[in-house]
Amino acid sequence: MHTIVCLKVVPKSEEVTIDDETKTLDRSKARSEINPPDMNAVEMALKLKERNGGTVSLLAMGPPLFEPYLRLGLAMGADQAFLMSDRAFGGADTLATSYVLAEGIKAIGSFDLVLCGDESSDGATGQVPPGIAEWLGLPQATDVRRVDVSDGSLSARRELGAGSEVVEADLPCVVSVKHDVNEPRFLDSGRWDWAMNEAPVQIWSATDLEIDVEKAGVPGSPTVVAGVSVAEGADRRREFLSGSPEEIATQLADKIRAWVKP
Amino acid sequence: MNASPYSPEEASGVWVYLEHRDGKLEGVSLELLGRSRELAQETGESLTALLLGEQVEPLAEEAIAAGADRVLVAEHALLGQYTTEPFTKVITGLIVEQRPNILLLGATTNGRDLAGRLAVRLRTGLTADCTDLSIGPKSGLLLGEVTGFGHGILATIECPVHRPQMATVRPGVFPRPVADPTHSGKVERVDVILSASDQPVRVVKQTSRRAADVTQAERLVIGGRGMEGDFALLRRLAKAVHADVGATRVAVDQGWVREDRMIGQTGSVTRPKLAIICGASGAMQFTVGVKDSETIIAINSDPEAPIFEVADYCVAEDAFQVIPPLIEALRREPVEEKS
Ligand SMILES: Cc1cc2nc3c(=O)[nH]c(=O)nc-3n(C[C@H](O)[C@H](O)[C@H](O)COP(=O)(O)OP(=O)(O)OC[C@H]3O[C@@H](n4cnc5c(N)ncnc54)[C@H](O)[C@@H]3O)c2cc1C
Ligand SMILES: Nc1ncnc2c1ncn2[C@@H]1O[C@H](COP(=O)(O)O)[C@@H](O)[C@H]1O
Repeated sequence: MHTIVCLKVVPKSEEVTIDDETKTLDRSKARSEINPPDMNAVEMALKLKERNGGTVSLLAMGPPLFEPYLRLGLAMGADQAFLMSDRAFGGADTLATSYVLAEGIKAIGSFDLVLCGDESSDGATGQVPPGIAEWLGLPQATDVRRVDVSDGSLSARRELGAGSEVVEADLPCVVSVKHDVNEPRFLDSGRWDWAMNEAPVQIWSATDLEIDVEKAGVPGSPTVVAGVSVAEGADRRREFLSGSPEEIATQLADKIRAWVKP
Repeated sequence: MNASPYSPEEASGVWVYLEHRDGKLEGVSLELLGRSRELAQETGESLTALLLGEQVEPLAEEAIAAGADRVLVAEHALLGQYTTEPFTKVITGLIVEQRPNILLLGATTNGRDLAGRLAVRLRTGLTADCTDLSIGPKSGLLLGEVTGFGHGILATIECPVHRPQMATVRPGVFPRPVADPTHSGKVERVDVILSASDQPVRVVKQTSRRAADVTQAERLVIGGRGMEGDFALLRRLAKAVHADVGATRVAVDQGWVREDRMIGQTGSVTRPKLAIICGASGAMQFTVGVKDSETIIAINSDPEAPIFEVADYCVAEDAFQVIPPLIEALRREPVEEKS
């Protein structure tokens, strides 16, 4: 069984600030991490490998700085990694991102399952996995909590707002994994040297895969950012209450009464 | 370039995809109809609602009362339950044939599943999880507001040359329209051609539960990671002030509270008269879900927590020290429920 996990590196969202003068995002001070639900997808892939045998491949589209993060995934237990990196891929929205990733998946070759995270923290909020499935013409199951694979078919439990459902499909298919559905394992220290130094991380440019650059990056992206602003929000009082916890509780109770009673 | 099936000059009309459950339209669909009515007025277009399912035609009346000029009804046994491919196929057919300018969907689990697939099949742009929609005053384009990264950052996204312009919107972003039974509209049944081979994914089991609807709450008590799993305490506080309970994503991810109570960009957008927020840091993805509250009380042991920037009354204290005496104080003089 061959599982491909699409994994993205994102700046830690709490560390991104806005430049007060230019009103643009300042990511320079933010550290990066593997998009959290993608870690859950890696863990799910490794569990499937433990149960069914096979191979786990990692795939990312992004700048060269993604490479060390792919190596972390290899140290966790993945077998091989691929990074699609080209200036022509930059500035992509969902349509262009899912196109390039789908081309990468085709280039990796025969696979049974593609696992993604349910959404990226800087991003397209869950639209890339259905996009990949459509470019590949494969079935999809999104917001999945659990998967079972047997005899070439998949059974997946989707989490819906008001309940859940179990769906079945033939492999290959594309699944997006909900955040926090499992506990991603620690790096395996025995794999560390191999993962950091020896393991090949295949880097692909647009020309390597004969990717239509008109369908990638900015030219391939129908949506554009028209503006970035700071949320204004209502003018709030921002009044700090002081005193002992009991005194504060009494003050709060008075305020709350006024709001609960007309 | 990825070209969409038709150009802006050929496009006209605002379309809303309706979700329904147990014979009722979902709240988010009504909210979209209400806002789309206004958007359609601004662009001078008509408002069409898309209703797919099995024996769903009775719901068309509700959509018309909520503002639709026309409801396209597609009925088929394979549409009885949502699965990606049959819904994508039917809607793609209608869109390519009728060429709407705008297509809006609720950012629910299935709404996102469908929108992501449709947008790629149509090779068009999609702005996901919007927290507001408007029409550009000069461009006439649909503008979707999304919360960007970090604290307090908003981005506006548009789709200049591809059609339809697609967006998904969080539940609760727009108020529910008051039903107007005098509003008139057409119901058009469309032919549906589907076969079993159009359904590669089969639903084999469904478990539904009654979902809480925090979007309509007048009062909310909301807990975050700082509550360390003790939502029993928050439920007691909620009871004392006749409030519903909401939660941040961390509290939901930890399994302390069900997902239907999540507030924010991935959860619901709420606008209660009073929100009491305990042990939440105030991340932008959360605060978009409470920013329209009339009054916000925040309790957080860290005086520097960003949540205090959006609060009216700030309590920089351990929630576990403040909430029990607060419940006591409220009990001493019982709160009457406002009718
Ligand atoms: C794409 C995307 C979408 C997201 N959507 C949402 C969403 O819809 N809703 C959402 O909520 N989040 C969402 N998030 C997550 C969001 O960025 C934050 O991580 C989350 O809101 C933080 O939750 P929290 O405030 O409970 O936890 P934390 O940020 O960990 O804050 C806990 C707070 O509790 C305080 N505290 C600790 N102990 C106590 C105590 N004893 N008494 C009082 N205070 C205490 C701490 O000082 C701290 O400020 C999203 C993130 C991404 C990337
Ligand atoms: N640039 C990328 N490289 C690899 N995977 C990605 C990339 N962008 C999105 N994904 C995958 O798609 C999922 C959902 O992302 P999004 O649609 O951006 O919210 C992520 O969790 C990843 O698994």
